Amino acid sequence: MKPFTYVRADSVEEATDAFAAHPGARYLGGGTNLVDLMKLGVEAPAALVDVHRLPLDTVEELPDGALRIGAMVRNSDLAAHPTVRDRYPALSQAVLAGASGQLRNAATTGGNLLQRTRCPYFQDVSKPCNKREPGTGCGALEGVHRDHAVLGYSQQCIATNPSDMAVALAALDARVELYGTEGARSVAAADFHRLPGDHPERDTEIRPGELITGVVLPAGPASASAYRKARDRASYAFALASVAAVLHMTDGVVDRVGIAFGALAHRPWRARRAEEALLGAAPTAAAFEHAVDLELAAARPLRDNAYKVPLARRLALDVLGRLAPPVTT
Amino acid sequence: MTGTETVLGAPAERREGREKVTGTARYAAEFDVPGRAQCLPVPATVARGRVTGVDAAPALALPGVLAVLTHENAPRLAAPDDPVLAVLQSPRVPHRGWFVALVVAETLEAARAGAAAVRITYDAEGYDVTLTPSHPEAYVPQEVNAGYPGLREHGDPDAAFAASPARVDVEYRVPPLHNHPMEPHASTAYWDGDRLVVHTSSQGTNAVRAALAAMFELPEDRIRVVAEHVGGGFGSKGTPRPDVVLAAMAARHTGRPVTLALPRRCLPAVVGHRAPTLHRLRLGAEADGRLTSLVHEVTTHSSRIKEFVEQAAVPARVMYATPTARTLHRVARLDVPTPSWMRAPGEAPGMYALESALDELATELGMDPVELRIRNEPETEPDSGRPFSSRHLVECLREGARRFGWSERDPRPRSRAAGPLLVGTGVAAATYPVLVAPSTAAAQALPDGGFLVRTNATDIGTGARTVLAQVAADALGVPLERVRIEVGSTDLPPAPLAGGSSGTASWGWAVHEACVRLRDRLAGHSGPLPAEGVTASADTSGRADADQPWSRHAFGAHFAEVAVDTVTGEVRVRRLLGVFAAGRILNARTARSQFIGGMTMGLGMALTEDSTMDPAFGDFTQSDLASYHVPAHADVLSVEAHWVDEDDDHLNPMGSKGIGEIGIVGSAAAIGNAVHHATGIRFRELPLTPDRVLTGLLEHEHPAGTLGA
Repeated sequence: MKPFTYVRADSVEEATDAFAAHPGARYLGGGTNLVDLMKLGVEAPAALVDVHRLPLDTVEELPDGALRIGAMVRNSDLAAHPTVRDRYPALSQAVLAGASGQLRNAATTGGNLLQRTRCPYFQDVSKPCNKREPGTGCGALEGVHRDHAVLGYSQQCIATNPSDMAVALAALDARVELYGTEGARSVAAADFHRLPGDHPERDTEIRPGELITGVVLPAGPASASAYRKARDRASYAFALASVAAVLHMTDGVVDRVGIAFGALAHRPWRARRAEEALLGAAPTAAAFEHAVDLELAAARPLRDNAYKVPLARRLALDVLGRLAPPVTT
Repeated sequence: MTGTETVLGAPAERREGREKVTGTARYAAEFDVPGRAQCLPVPATVARGRVTGVDAAPALALPGVLAVLTHENAPRLAAPDDPVLAVLQSPRVPHRGWFVALVVAETLEAARAGAAAVRITYDAEGYDVTLTPSHPEAYVPQEVNAGYPGLREHGDPDAAFAASPARVDVEYRVPPLHNHPMEPHASTAYWDGDRLVVHTSSQGTNAVRAALAAMFELPEDRIRVVAEHVGGGFGSKGTPRPDVVLAAMAARHTGRPVTLALPRRCLPAVVGHRAPTLHRLRLGAEADGRLTSLVHEVTTHSSRIKEFVEQAAVPARVMYATPTARTLHRVARLDVPTPSWMRAPGEAPGMYALESALDELATELGMDPVELRIRNEPETEPDSGRPFSSRHLVECLREGARRFGWSERDPRPRSRAAGPLLVGTGVAAATYPVLVAPSTAAAQALPDGGFLVRTNATDIGTGARTVLAQVAADALGVPLERVRIEVGSTDLPPAPLAGGSSGTASWGWAVHEACVRLRDRLAGHSGPLPAEGVTASADTSGRADADQPWSRHAFGAHFAEVAVDTVTGEVRVRRLLGVFAAGRILNARTARSQFIGGMTMGLGMALTEDSTMDPAFGDFTQSDLASYHVPAHADVLSVEAHWVDEDDDHLNPMGSKGIGEIGIVGSAAAIGNAVHHATGIRFRELPLTPDRVLTGLLEHEHPAGTLGA
């Protein structure tokens, strides 16, 4: 292991300053992914800036009714929070669908957003991977890729984002709050992760040295939301496909909808086309099918993962159908 | 000594349980011998070829790195019987992941950095890692694993099949599977003068000592091998593995005690795996269900360096009466890691295929699958004609059906829905041979009234210590708590490995005899015992391994209830119930653990455990426990094991059959058969993951052509 400097930060400013002072630094949250990657040789930071004790570990309701989740709130605490469970059930369900109890106890909200793909070629330093080592090629393209992307991938990278939580945040119109040496800003959760394009080494829109300080869930009328995930085993398995959806109706028509797919792309896939098709429509099975099919028409399955398209379709129709009130005709 | 009540069969608690749950039980990598160094191997990154150069300088320049061993500088060893142990002896790379260097360092971190820094160049060659049913290099081996013939034939099964009123001709695929014990393979070795001491994670240390003695050309009495606690093996620790050779080599080379704990990611390539098996089954039957023909042909792979043939067609020689049969193995030697033993080698994949095909035949005949099996119950072992020492398969099927509520089953496929779930039930039979090997043991009566029993058994988590104490207490006629047991060291009387479900029978036989002898000796003794106590010993050579006229097997029956989610294709097992006939059960608690552990492993084989040989790189893609999916608790909702009592005088003094493996045999078939009953669809490739099941459901909903595309 490459020797590294360890710095524990007590404030956000201290953390970003320490990061800036140590070229090659990484922030350390729960360590559930970063430490593994260091053991595998995928990550070799020169310094770790430990942020897990920063005072960002609370969930608070803002004056406008929005809910702010501190970046250091543990996944377990986030999923169990009464307000989250009550107003944003998709988020609680998504977090609980991920990892294991032990990992959720350690993993942080910010760290969950920054976890890396579990693509086996990314994790194996003896194989080519443009994400790990730009220019070396994509091992998964010719190799085994049952778990890989069907939407928005490039010839450079077909990896998927592994987070369940991020899918719910994308559908819920959450915003990711960032703080860096140039100050604070926020980015829509749905835009926080990138598509691979020619730069698969960049997972997110985060700028060098920026720290996630929190995630804000918007205020607004209570909407029904849900998350559903299909996986190889009942617990502790990454999604084969997943969907988070938020649905709100007024006078029998959809007036607010958010749909995001997980495990289909390099980022949580916000289904904008499907949403546009549903806005103003009656929430019928036919309308849902039409909307979801519009979205998934863009899918380009690889040799081993054609199943993902019908799987995502059925998950979405199931979740939307359950969120919509029964339609009597 | 009142001793009228035997402790055999009692649910005695594991003797080392407290040590294990409090963390004081020490495993091979935890012997922190003063001055100990750590090491890590460097796996080959080509699928086939030759090492042309090693640049160790960048590794040696790192702080804490003590040495880099390669084929150029490692100690020369005598050729081992098992070629997988000939590590760092030649530049040849037989498969990706083969160890080409070993870095010894002061710390694990330094060893890891060193391993990453070694620069190896290769002359890479073309390779073939892809097994196909008609692989041109496949051949019929003379012998398959465990010494069974590769081919057996009775009558003209092809003609009989062609003439049968009911026929099933089907193919099944079982992927490579990995043992993945909780404790990875690990060894700590040091030289004490000219004596070698090794702590290793192994299922049998006498075999480890013999291999080390041969390779390092030392007399066995200068080598001490200890395996006090072992965190599982499932066959992958049944033979010595490269870790023990490398640790001993590194200790010799550096003069330091050395520990090597293999990283999880190395395991799939170097500790054996269950080879993939491609099955073709042809069953012919009369309209009343009686078999007329049984053909089970298996194609599998082995590596370039060793012929290991998973004996998957062998159980078909034992199970059902049939006038004509052919059981055949083919093996293709590919550029793949060397396969080896994994829990119920042969039976686990073979019975998946046979018992699935039998279910298909029951459907074809419109017969109840329990009754079809009973209809084909043989009088004697079908292949050999030998009489069974005991066989209670029918009783297991009947008792299982009763407990499971089988009579309430609607036999029609896809007849039970619960919302989006399709629910179904399935049955399959199980069998596993009775194996036993010669063993020695010593029993000592101590002046304080206690007894010490010593034998080099290995407790790999099964409860061997506990059950041997029960055997001893029973033979001595003393309370269990007066018996102390020592196992897990070559200092003890030699004993065979914990494998082939033979441990308890083999060690227990010797323990029983030593204790009976000691009791007789004590009966003739008067007055206080001498300070050194009184000792008796036993050696079962010539008897445990004597030829005998019986066909000896354990049998069982599995019943499964599954729910298939029609939205996602996810399959969950709601209930798994097994009934076993395995001689006398010696410890109800640890036996139950063995049965339900095996059944759970069968559940993993059926639904979750998948390994892919990557044609682009020549290695197994799933190399950690996040991607190789053993069942999690949430997958295992209800597993029940029961047994029927068997009284069989042709086994051993305890009357026991092995129980470590039969639980995995047939459970995957019962689950697969239940999935068919639930969905009306036959899935013939394991595991039944959502990608496969959903694809099947879609084809069922929209048969080819109905979508117009």
